[in-house]
Amino acid sequence: MGNNIKHAAISALLTAVLVMPVFGLELIRQGARTLMQPNWSFVFIAMAVVFVGQLCRPWLMIPFKAMKRGLPTLPAAPTGGNKFIIFVLVAAAVIWPFFSGRSSVDIATLVLIYVMLALGLNIVVGFAGLLDLGFVGFYAVGAYTYALLYQWAGWGFWEALPVAGAMAALFGFILGFPVLRLRGDYLAIVTLGFGEIIRLLLINLNQFTGGPDGISGIPKPTVFGLEMTRRASEEGGETFHQFMGWTFQNQHMVIYLYLMALMFALVTLFVSTRLIRMPVGRAWEALREDEIACRSLGLNPTRIKLSAFTLGAMFAGFGGAFFAARQGLVNPESFTFIESALILAIVVLGGMGSQVGVILAAILITVVPELAREFAEYRMLIFGLVMVLMMVWRPQGLLPMKRPHVELEK
Amino acid sequence: MSSEVLLKVSGLSMRFGGLLAVDNIQFDVKGDEVFAIIGPNGAGKTTVFNCVGGFYKPSSGVIEMAGKSIAGLPSHEVARHGLVRTFQNVRLFKELTVLENLLVAQHTQVESRLLPGLFKTRGYRRAEDEARAHAAQWLDFMGLREFANREAGNLAYGHQRRLEIARCMITKPKLLMLDEPAAGLNPQEKRDLQGLIHQLRQEFGVAVLLIEHDMSLIMGISDRILVMEHGRAITTGTPDEVRNDARVIKAYLGEE
Repeated sequence: MGNNIKHAAISALLTAVLVMPVFGLELIRQGARTLMQPNWSFVFIAMAVVFVGQLCRPWLMIPFKAMKRGLPTLPAAPTGGNKFIIFVLVAAAVIWPFFSGRSSVDIATLVLIYVMLALGLNIVVGFAGLLDLGFVGFYAVGAYTYALLYQWAGWGFWEALPVAGAMAALFGFILGFPVLRLRGDYLAIVTLGFGEIIRLLLINLNQFTGGPDGISGIPKPTVFGLEMTRRASEEGGETFHQFMGWTFQNQHMVIYLYLMALMFALVTLFVSTRLIRMPVGRAWEALREDEIACRSLGLNPTRIKLSAFTLGAMFAGFGGAFFAARQGLVNPESFTFIESALILAIVVLGGMGSQVGVILAAILITVVPELAREFAEYRMLIFGLVMVLMMVWRPQGLLPMKRPHVELEK
Repeated sequence: MSSEVLLKVSGLSMRFGGLLAVDNIQFDVKGDEVFAIIGPNGAGKTTVFNCVGGFYKPSSGVIEMAGKSIAGLPSHEVARHGLVRTFQNVRLFKELTVLENLLVAQHTQVESRLLPGLFKTRGYRRAEDEARAHAAQWLDFMGLREFANREAGNLAYGHQRRLEIARCMITKPKLLMLDEPAAGLNPQEKRDLQGLIHQLRQEFGVAVLLIEHDMSLIMGISDRILVMEHGRAITTGTPDEVRNDARVIKAYLGEE
């Protein structure tokens, strides 16, 4: 018990140190002068709360013990019944926007972009075990590829899309080639640097990329060559609503974008689900466990890692092109490190390598801040808290998944 | 298998800073023989292995596999010349199943391109089925079939050793390098291992290069033996020659 009190006292003291500069000293402006007004009561309250909390911690922890093993681990391969569930879910996702408001469909589109990005990063981090902190760099490459192709060559979305994916993959390849010899932390730092370099390049290549202002007026995707705007951009052009004989509604565009995002996310899901069952997926797993053994069997580690890195980058590139089309403008502000961290957080939160977990986490991380707009200021605080609590109680992620094993019939 | 020289090593030296771990070693392994390297602890046996297997870049020397130089090649390319190894402390992929360990080993032989795998083309499925059947054959051969779907890390130690050898053999090597394969095995398992090595050579025509401390095993299966001490070769010869060599006795038992 004495030990407990000592521990609680130290915690309270630490709280005081941390809380003092934030709440304890308030800056008050009086005309031209700035006064510092101490506000001790708040600090004492915080200390008291922490002291009591620490004292009672052993009892408070009891209900959480169960959480460590309480949540289920997903079974590996989808069985026949699962296929039906997947079909129902996809069907529901397709029909849902037609009966829903504009803003919620908009948020859902954003969620789906994050689902796609997180599934792409999941290939790199979850499957191949390469910590990539510069994932947003590839996202930026994809977005700017479309934006620049539109601005300088007048390309449309569908022509630019494969190029955007290919460019991002190429960047992944070029970066990966020298960098994938590095391990763990070193790789993380180099990729972090890469993400920043891309962003700084975009800001500083003024004439080419429009600098901090970015590029605007990027057209939305067309439907088989038909524009989804009120009027055709060229004389004599036909728009989608004219072709269908509908009256023009903004909602159509929103739903169309949502469906496209859904399609992208599903394609990414399909590809990554196949990948992990393919020889290359097995090789990633084996490489993560023992690189030396892999090499002794003739597997080229650089090539295998490079394939994961390049594939992940490609999906980021597709996501980026779609993002550019949806926003109508791109600027370097959208591709800061915090974005990389967010995507990585989704992967970690969902359970590395678990696709269902990653999808759920993407929904959580994007939707919750939208619902709780009043708490927008505390967003990062809550975010950090959630991450810390996750690491304490469920380091394996929300819904960790068993890797699908190839079975041999007896 | 022919009795021509398969692996030829000459003038091999490996220096770590000021330490000359391997000093001018010379030996050759014929295509159908079991060749052993023995010596007291720290004699440089494993260093020779690592040089031959491409894990170290030798400071100097010639290493030729079937007439082609492999000195200084990275280990995964050495492996493609038909030269694979096991490790002193077993290195399985512990979280993969036994079957998957054998599938990964066939990576260079299966259809590993992306598009056929994504769309499960007929060629891809056939390659996967073949790989699985091939793995099943080896599991039967090694008596590990019943553990096929078990995680490799959960196998008994003796089984892990056998699986590691199977994982090497499934790559269809010309030369199998075993680094202390009997370490940690009980007497019965050692006898089984001796039979297994003999069988691998007879049925699959693979040459074997091994490091071992267990003298009865070495003397029982080796055609020729290289004895090392302090990085240098003391002698090379048949088990009988080595057993009666005064220098070898001195190295193992000390001065009389």
